[in-house]
Amino acid sequence: MSKDNEILEELTSREYEHGWSVDYEADEAPIGLNENIIRWISSKKEEPQWLLDWRLKAFEQWRKMDEPTWANVHYPKIDLQSLRYYSAPKQKSKSKKISDIDPELLKIYERLGISLNEQKRLQGVAVDVVLDSVSVGTTFKDTLSKLGVIFCSFSEAVTEHPDLVKKYLGSVVPATDNYYAALNAAVFSDGSFCYIPKGVRCPMELSTYFRINAANTGQFERTLIVAEDQSYVSYLEGCTAPQRDENQLHAAVVEIYAAKNAEVKYSTVQNWYPGDKNGKGGIYNFVTKRGICAGDNSKISWTQVETGSAVTWKYPSCILKGDNSIGEFYSVAVTNNYQQADTGTKMIHIGKNTRSRIVSKGISAGKSQNSYRGQVQVMKRATNSRNFSQCDSLLMGDQCGAHTFPYIDIQNPTAKVEHEATTSKIGEDQIFYCNQRGISSEDAVALIVNGYAKEVLNQLPMEFAVEAQKLLALTLEGSVG
Amino acid sequence: MTVSTKKDHQLVELFLSTQANLDKSGLLIELKSAAKSSLDETGFPTLKEEEYKFTNINKRILDKIKKYASPNTVNNIGDVLEANQLFNSLEGYKLIRNNGVFEAELSSKSDGSFIVKPFSDLNSDEVKEIGSIETINKDPFTALNSYSFESGIRVEIPEGAILEQPILLVDVISADANGECVHPRAYFHAGKNSQATVIEITIFLDESPVFLNEVQEWNIESNAHIRHYKLQDGHKAELGVSNTSSNLARDATFTSVLLSLNGEMLRNNLSININDTNCTGNMYGIYMLNGKTHVDNHTNVDHKMPHSESNELYKGILTDQSRGVFNGKIFVRKDAQKTNAFQQNNNILLSEEAILNTKPQLEIWADDVKCSHGCTTGQLDEEALFYLRARGIGKESAKSLLLYAFAGEVLDKITHETFKKYCEEIVHERLGAIK
Repeated sequence: MSKDNEILEELTSREYEHGWSVDYEADEAPIGLNENIIRWISSKKEEPQWLLDWRLKAFEQWRKMDEPTWANVHYPKIDLQSLRYYSAPKQKSKSKKISDIDPELLKIYERLGISLNEQKRLQGVAVDVVLDSVSVGTTFKDTLSKLGVIFCSFSEAVTEHPDLVKKYLGSVVPATDNYYAALNAAVFSDGSFCYIPKGVRCPMELSTYFRINAANTGQFERTLIVAEDQSYVSYLEGCTAPQRDENQLHAAVVEIYAAKNAEVKYSTVQNWYPGDKNGKGGIYNFVTKRGICAGDNSKISWTQVETGSAVTWKYPSCILKGDNSIGEFYSVAVTNNYQQADTGTKMIHIGKNTRSRIVSKGISAGKSQNSYRGQVQVMKRATNSRNFSQCDSLLMGDQCGAHTFPYIDIQNPTAKVEHEATTSKIGEDQIFYCNQRGISSEDAVALIVNGYAKEVLNQLPMEFAVEAQKLLALTLEGSVG
Repeated sequence: MTVSTKKDHQLVELFLSTQANLDKSGLLIELKSAAKSSLDETGFPTLKEEEYKFTNINKRILDKIKKYASPNTVNNIGDVLEANQLFNSLEGYKLIRNNGVFEAELSSKSDGSFIVKPFSDLNSDEVKEIGSIETINKDPFTALNSYSFESGIRVEIPEGAILEQPILLVDVISADANGECVHPRAYFHAGKNSQATVIEITIFLDESPVFLNEVQEWNIESNAHIRHYKLQDGHKAELGVSNTSSNLARDATFTSVLLSLNGEMLRNNLSININDTNCTGNMYGIYMLNGKTHVDNHTNVDHKMPHSESNELYKGILTDQSRGVFNGKIFVRKDAQKTNAFQQNNNILLSEEAILNTKPQLEIWADDVKCSHGCTTGQLDEEALFYLRARGIGKESAKSLLLYAFAGEVLDKITHETFKKYCEEIVHERLGAIK
């Protein structure tokens, strides 16, 4: 027991790997939030009038909304007026070619282990990198454009593909969906846009890497993925932030639109700075993610590994509108120290023969609180719909908590809905079994946790699975009490 | 958290004027005034509040009972009881309430193993007990009951008493044609090492609209074992709210079996507080709904101390335009290590218009526990139906057989033979009527 505690001590005091920051020249908006700031951001980005109107409308609505309090998380009230809503590294040229990016910025990403240099990268992953408020570069653009795949920063999409953006922006997550989504709609600075034309199977993984660098800055990015008929895309998202004493706000929106027979796979490894071991600092991660299976036989799959952030508030959802459409949600949420996570999913069955599957694995250690909150809704028209949900919690130590709030609302008698949840700890007998076979306690815990999370990790694309496993080990090894 | 609007306050005032403080003894004046201020302060919840998210009490209860009268007692309920088949088939200690008011004459007399007294005879220590387990701030209907009850009863099962026969808690309800509100109230104290079974039934003399708002408190001392069976089989104009809370001391057991078969709208809040080690809390229930019946079961087990166990099984069969709501909460506090808590909610939907909302909720702060919950919604197994039909059993009989097996798991938890047989019969009859 005491040895375990030592290991726990040692590991929890381990520094956050990506906690550094870099000084660079930046374009920044004045601190505060008002209509003028929104106009400022919009003009800075040279946006068309319709987008500005859209932002202002969202802002107008947002002002009438109250901050939601239903989530099982506690944090001091965020003073939104003390934040900066735009910060962008000054770029010498307007060009978006990788070769033209300021080498200083490239160094940031090299330090994070993400080389933007196409030749040096693993074949098969195209990356759009977002630093603070703007996208600094997108790789493999030429290869993709040959197939008609559009993968670029959001601002670029607004300029170059305004019709597409106008058509799909806010179609899945309306500007006034909720408090943070409305705030995002009003002040979002950049993000990624991805369009897969009809019948195209995207040959490589598309990826966005988010990095918050500047202090006192909120990050509000928007991702929009549109998959046309019979197309396929796998999308990855990763994120880190420097270690700072203040809490920083990240309120993103992700929208996915899947047309007939399309399939979108969205994977996230979220590793924002979680705060130090006393719960000081860290990112508030309030994200709205939603996908719509608009066409028949379409499929959206969310996979997330949540290890970072001081407070997480995130429910990637699927609206299963098309007949025979499929929604999936695989999640591993790890909380340590004073982290709080309230995460889960919503599966809304509208079409006939729709199927959904939820696998959520929560792991709590230290003094953290980990909640699963999910909803399975079967509407009247959704005959023969099927859902299976499983949410397991693993507790390490007696100071943490695991909570499950599953909502199941059924309006159709042919629906088959199953939900099961268990809570357990790593058994002494399991550790003893490993010890007997010469595996140290620490390795045994890593082994057991990885086995526990395997079902979800298996869903991740290979490049991410490696990172996720490393992250899990880093966050958890030895945390057994 | 409740944010009450001005409208709420008007409603509360209206209630307090019609549902006047009827306690003549004046002993419980403190509880009653506290209940009044609590209602004044919080008002009644709206759909925005988590606990009443799926049950629109404004539309379903409050709007209707505004016009209802305070309860009146009727005469000659002795004859009514004589004629009631279920009542006559059961033997035991009888506690008769006439529209919520205790009928000492018709009830069994206190003896060495069973002591009953109306609230007007309470001593000063006993007065303090009332409202200590089901506190007024737990639910607005508890506050309303606390303010409005006319006379409650306190039942004592003395230390070491093992009751061979059950306690029969019988409510006789005869409402005014325009509707009536009844607020029955009872406090049970089960002494150390005692054992008892309580069977609670309601007899309706007519089908006039009635609002039955019951509160029951259970103080279960160490190593006492209590079984509580309740049958809700009223009529289609019955609005029923019940709040039942129990405190368990070391080695105690509380088992609740609740059958909700009829009514317009039923809301049952059941809480078990596990305050010491080695306790067992069991909660079982069936809701079989037809017509436009709306049943909302909220259960809550709070594990505060280690080495205890709780089991929960609620099953629902929904037909017609009925709606079932289930919310089961299990809390396992930091000190409640080695807790085993299991919860299961299974539902069968048999019609296009039936709606089900269920939320099995687990909140766990202790690491060395075994907790699980499961929840299913579906239909009868086609293969099982085919199996029976292949053996020459008609479709309807096969269906009712399978449904009976489904419900049987809960019925089997009733250990009192006569009552179990009666429940089985009515469930069987109801299932036969399902097409």
